[in-house]
Amino acid sequence: MRYLRPLSMEDAIGMITNSAGTVAVLAGGSDLLVRMKGGFVEPDLIVDIKAIEGLSEIRETAEGFSIGAAVPCAVLGEHAALRKAWPGVVEAANLIGSKQVQGRCTIAGNLCNASPAADSVPALVAAGAKALVAGPKGNRTVPVEAIPTGPGKTSLAKGEIVREILLEKRPPRAGDAYLRFIPRTEMDIAVVSAGVNLTLDAKGAVTSARVALGAVAPTVVLVEEAAGILVGSRLDDATLEKLAKACSDACRPIDDKRGTIAFRRKVAGVLARRAAAAAYARAGGK
Amino acid sequence: MAGLAVSTTINGDSVEYLCQPDETLLDVLRDRLGLTGAKEGCGTGDCGACSIILDGRLVCSCLVLGAEAEGRRVETIEGMADGDVLHPLQQKFIEHAALQCGICTPGFLIAAKDLLARNPDPTEEEIRFGLAGNLCRCTGYDKIVRAVQDAASVMRAA
Repeated sequence: MRYLRPLSMEDAIGMITNSAGTVAVLAGGSDLLVRMKGGFVEPDLIVDIKAIEGLSEIRETAEGFSIGAAVPCAVLGEHAALRKAWPGVVEAANLIGSKQVQGRCTIAGNLCNASPAADSVPALVAAGAKALVAGPKGNRTVPVEAIPTGPGKTSLAKGEIVREILLEKRPPRAGDAYLRFIPRTEMDIAVVSAGVNLTLDAKGAVTSARVALGAVAPTVVLVEEAAGILVGSRLDDATLEKLAKACSDACRPIDDKRGTIAFRRKVAGVLARRAAAAAYARAGGK
Repeated sequence: MAGLAVSTTINGDSVEYLCQPDETLLDVLRDRLGLTGAKEGCGTGDCGACSIILDGRLVCSCLVLGAEAEGRRVETIEGMADGDVLHPLQQKFIEHAALQCGICTPGFLIAAKDLLARNPDPTEEEIRFGLAGNLCRCTGYDKIVRAVQDAASVMRAA
């Protein structure tokens, strides 16, 4: 095995495209090193992207926020402006692992690891986040939900690296929230999770909504029907009931020791409705 | 195989070593540099026994490659006492008998040091949350929490 630490994205892409064997991109390593230790992956080459210029920064731009692929989740939690604009994304990112893991893990890594139970991914999908992907043919920008295609699988071609996660600037009266169910109180993997992102008008009616569910299908589920149910409402009980049903119906979960199909369906509805209420309150709705 | 040449700073000292590309920083510290304070409990980032501070961030050294330490600043338990003078956290762990077998203790001390550096006056809940990445299988957590609270008050008064 070889370890390389390029200083530019061009070099990183070149190293990957010129390598004949298995290549692993290393950001925080909190998934990769565990998988290597367990013998699940034996890369011939590790490309450490942390020394690439700009990848360890959060930039606030005219369009919103750009979060470099090597920024640890702990740094997201310490970024006051990001926390204020996207509290749901930050709370999801900060739920990944312990303080020790927070010092290393990244949202780009969480996305590319492609676990159906990834905590930050439903929140990012609800937020309408985009991934800026660098590759041999140049940069492309895609919605984050286009990256994972199944457990452990992504749509990234050889030589492609997610370099930034992009979040839009917030209009007034907007809020997001993320909730998950785990069997213990902290530091576990989601059995079911829900991210909700809402924008309201001056009277408190929802003008746009995005609802995403985690751990209930091979990839994150964007529940398109939910927007139709929520838009125009003020989140009255009848609306929340419809939202819960739409979310339960959108699940395609597995039965395993951590949760049955029936349990996951039911809890997905409950969490979606609670996350919607939290996002609504954060947007200033009453 | 000769391995990769790495130059880094450990507890304020410049250190150079050779390591294999798949070797963790924990293995480098223990097996190449003789710094055996950090322990391997799980090797998968769950137990915190290998905690160190890397460029000011608390991390599990089992989840860091030795090669990644190039040009960075590493703090381990070996740098915690000032010569023969124990750090207040070390002193209070002894006074409160906040350890039995001691395997988890270096990790708890490093994590507690990082916690108090960020929050000098944590509530009990903040201490329990902040140390939740460190597992102890014999003492239990109450004595550890009391020791951290006591050390925090000593450090605030200093």
